[in-house]
Amino acid sequence: MRADALAWIPRGIVLGLLAFAVFGPISNLLLWAFAEKWYFPHALPLEYGFAFWERVFRPRSNAMESLFTSVIIALSTVAVCLAVSVPAGYALARLRLPLRSPVLLMFLLPQAFPGVAVYINVARIFYTLGLNGTVAGVVLVHAVHGLVFSVWITTAAFAAVDRSLEEAARNLGASPLRTFFEVTLPMAAPGVMAGAVFVFLESLDEFTGTYFVGVPDVTTLPLLMFNASMGGNYQIAAITALILLVPSVGFMLVIERFLKADVLARIGH
Amino acid sequence: MSALSQTEPAIGGAAPPRPLPPALWGVLLVLPALAMVALFFLYPLGFSVVSAFRDGDGAWSVANFTKAFAFYGRDILFTLMIVALSVAIVAVLAVAIGGYLTLGRNTTAVAILRWLYRWPLFIPFIVAAQMMRSFLAKNGLMNAMLVNGGVIEPLQAVSLLDWRGIVVTFVWKQTPFVALMVAGAMASLDRSGIEAARDLGAGRLRILADIIVPQVRPTLVVGLILSFVTMLSVLSVPMMINPNNPTMITVDMAYRINAHGDYGVANALGVVSYLMAGLVAWIYLSHGVRRGAGS
Repeated sequence: MRADALAWIPRGIVLGLLAFAVFGPISNLLLWAFAEKWYFPHALPLEYGFAFWERVFRPRSNAMESLFTSVIIALSTVAVCLAVSVPAGYALARLRLPLRSPVLLMFLLPQAFPGVAVYINVARIFYTLGLNGTVAGVVLVHAVHGLVFSVWITTAAFAAVDRSLEEAARNLGASPLRTFFEVTLPMAAPGVMAGAVFVFLESLDEFTGTYFVGVPDVTTLPLLMFNASMGGNYQIAAITALILLVPSVGFMLVIERFLKADVLARIGH
Repeated sequence: MSALSQTEPAIGGAAPPRPLPPALWGVLLVLPALAMVALFFLYPLGFSVVSAFRDGDGAWSVANFTKAFAFYGRDILFTLMIVALSVAIVAVLAVAIGGYLTLGRNTTAVAILRWLYRWPLFIPFIVAAQMMRSFLAKNGLMNAMLVNGGVIEPLQAVSLLDWRGIVVTFVWKQTPFVALMVAGAMASLDRSGIEAARDLGAGRLRILADIIVPQVRPTLVVGLILSFVTMLSVLSVPMMINPNNPTMITVDMAYRINAHGDYGVANALGVVSYLMAGLVAWIYLSHGVRRGAGS
């Protein structure tokens, strides 16, 4: 009993340090979001308030416009990714494909290379096509980066669907197309949704590609946050960062409901 | 019934007059997604490599590389050291976290750790950078807490917004990712070897180092390589935490473009970053081959 209580001393110290390391920076952000007046060496803000929140959430403020731009871009990115990933995922899961593994690996490449130089050249190419500084250009850049999530998770989701149900539908006379839309797709839907959410978050948080391809006309929330922070406006930066955090943390809490173990085990195979 | 005779259902936009072979259908269905990768990733990637070896007149030359090494040779080393150090710290922390989750005897402490360590995983890099920018600054929350707690004097407060800040941010952000992968691999290990070693009186550190880590090494290495490449790709962290000299080559690339429109040197630095990523991939592949030969 006493030995057990003593063991909590090192445990408590290590867990306490870890908690400080994890939550110190996070609470710092929360404090900045509500701080009206805060300077060194005061450990905590001198005045709290919502003045900066009003500035951020004022209709037609820069932040609201950026939020709108970010959401439009993220939704379009999801649409583009799903449009090409659902057929690709079905083919990779169900049809005999030549070079299946290399094809799967191709979608990982955009994540497996250091991206900055690639984005610089995408921007250069898009400039000649008139795509630089347009929402469409940014969507394409985000979509290529998100494909690995949508293709791999969609493939795993289709692979997890029980084949005998499809065969039963076909035996009852359903056309292949009808079988796909009424049997296969609904059963794979949670996995496809999980892929879509990954793509959405990836797009919402993306900075580097937007920084090169979106300038000067497309300002997403991460770019606004960056500009506010570099301009020394930590309150606006903190509030924008919190807005970016909400979907990510919310997703962390529900991910396990979307991504079932049988799908999870098949990702990348 | 004709449906019975057809084993692979052919799916497509319109019913074809004569069914195409399934493999051809597969290729057609995968093609749009592959075309996107080819057009918007492979083509610009090739473009960057080719432009790195061209001079202003379009002739083949290595002038961009000479200039890149002359101007940014120190930053290339700095980048390598920051990323290598961060990956090393991530490896130690991830193994420690995974190890405690697997071998910890106190279920409460294990539950607390499991709940605690994952938080940074879902925080975007740009948000992590902003957190650290205000947390680690000379007049940031960390120093203020240390001063008020009596740990340091106000005059001793130093800004960590240099290479240390970048390492702290990278480690903070990537440790949960690698720890999650490693802990998953450790959880699926066969417990009998661990229990046997425990019965023979082996300590927990010994079990972790000699039995568990060798078995999860492939997962650990994959996690570390992905982290290595991620750190080489992130522009926001070095830009927001340490934009001054010496800095990471990602910042130098952005500077060559924004201030000088100098694509040649920026692309040469880009090729250097591909080579760094290629180097670790090569280490992984040779590691994989050796593992394959051993088993």
